[in-house]
Amino acid sequence: MRVSVPRYWREIKYRYRLIGELCTECGAVVFPRRALCPHCGCRELEECKLSETGTVVSWTVINNPPKGYERYAPYVVALIRLDDGAQILSQVVDVEPEEMRVGLRVEATFRRVREDGSSGIIEYGYKFRPIIEEP
Amino acid sequence: MRPVYIAGVALTPISEHWELSLRDLACEAAIKAVEKAEIEGLDSLYVANMGGATLQSQLHLGALMADALGLHGLPAMRVEAAQASGGVAVHEAYIAVASGLYDNVLVVGVEKMSDALPHEVRSTLAMAEDQEYTAYTGVTEVGLCALLYRLYMDRYDAKPEEVAALAAISHEHAVGCLHAQYPFRISVEKILSSPMEADPIHMLECSGIGDGAAAIILTAEGGDVEVASSSVATDHFFLTERGDPLTLRAVRLASQRAYKMADIAHEDVDLVELHDSTTILGVLSLEDLGFAEKGFGARYIAEGNVRRGGELPVNTFGGLKARGNPVGATGVYQVAEVAMQLLGEAGRCQVEDAEVGLAENLGGVASTCSVTILRRR
Repeated sequence: MRVSVPRYWREIKYRYRLIGELCTECGAVVFPRRALCPHCGCRELEECKLSETGTVVSWTVINNPPKGYERYAPYVVALIRLDDGAQILSQVVDVEPEEMRVGLRVEATFRRVREDGSSGIIEYGYKFRPIIEEP
Repeated sequence: MRPVYIAGVALTPISEHWELSLRDLACEAAIKAVEKAEIEGLDSLYVANMGGATLQSQLHLGALMADALGLHGLPAMRVEAAQASGGVAVHEAYIAVASGLYDNVLVVGVEKMSDALPHEVRSTLAMAEDQEYTAYTGVTEVGLCALLYRLYMDRYDAKPEEVAALAAISHEHAVGCLHAQYPFRISVEKILSSPMEADPIHMLECSGIGDGAAAIILTAEGGDVEVASSSVATDHFFLTERGDPLTLRAVRLASQRAYKMADIAHEDVDLVELHDSTTILGVLSLEDLGFAEKGFGARYIAEGNVRRGGELPVNTFGGLKARGNPVGATGVYQVAEVAMQLLGEAGRCQVEDAEVGLAENLGGVASTCSVTILRRR
């Protein structure tokens, strides 16, 4: 997977800081950003910071990964409902597959996502991890 | 709009065809279909393909295949809608004939997956999803289906044995199918003891990797099988933005439009070819096509209603699971198979007295759905 520098660069803000959009018409939190609200079609969307905490809605373990992700397998991917109502798809790290469950509380963390060979871009972005409850 | 008929269909066996190229496969099916069809010349060519750009570094398949088939001068194009390329190509061809612009059109679906390594094939399949925010997570197509599978089991208290029954029954149906890649029985126990591809989906609940081509000629000149309707719909591209991820809205929209256009109800359908690239996608499809209540599809299947002699035979040649899933060609295989059933040309896979058959083809995790309904005249 050859990713050009501009293609990576233009997503940095959104991937590094979890920036989405708020629809001024229907109030939906939209991620990733869009020209039109996917729910009501409104064109007035304002940038907003997404919640960094959420709850696992469903999850899986990728045993046979696509090209570029081999070194991380097996890894957990989950559908997460953020506390602001938006849903996000993300890897969940710092967890064993046996510890995964629907309803698990998770928080965003900043991680390496993939590498483009030995001389290409090293891509970073969000992944989520379980919230360790204080005793 | 004028009536559209099937003039001829042909299929290659689905296999790892090491000795055949993308071009060879397409020609084999297309030439046979043309030989069978009693028509005067072709007016247009539609080539359905998903992976040519990455698996063969080959685009421009319209002109390439027109050349290979000696159809120089004809309008020709590649139709791509991920794994729904085949069904969408049939839809485009249908529009061309129904509108009156062309009288005879050739649709050839072709995919050659064995030219690439399995992880390259997985990356190609994941191109059905958004590259910046979905494929970026490292999720696969099977992984996305796994998210739905777990939700389905949790919400409807469905058992893996019930969901996996679709794969077992599809394999049963493939026995004796001459073009099937895996024409043998596999028990539910064996399916559920195969390794996890993406928890909770087992390897034997997923379609495999294969090469194949299917060709159909649509005509305005009449025939024994009519295309009663053809419909395509799309859904939110991101699973995260669907109101209920267990409702395949594209399947609902496409099928409701198709029933209306054919002036039938779902009860009038005698057999169905489902898009079961994973068992759960087949189960959800059956529900959203209207054949089972939401949450009861897996039970409906496990009770045997979808067997060849049952209430609603599905995947009568084995479906994607056992017949095979050469992705861009799959939707054309499905429509060709429904036509073969209605023409009484299904051999050992024949369903008795079928008059109306439906083919459902999905792209991505049901971001695109095509529904084609054929009727015997």
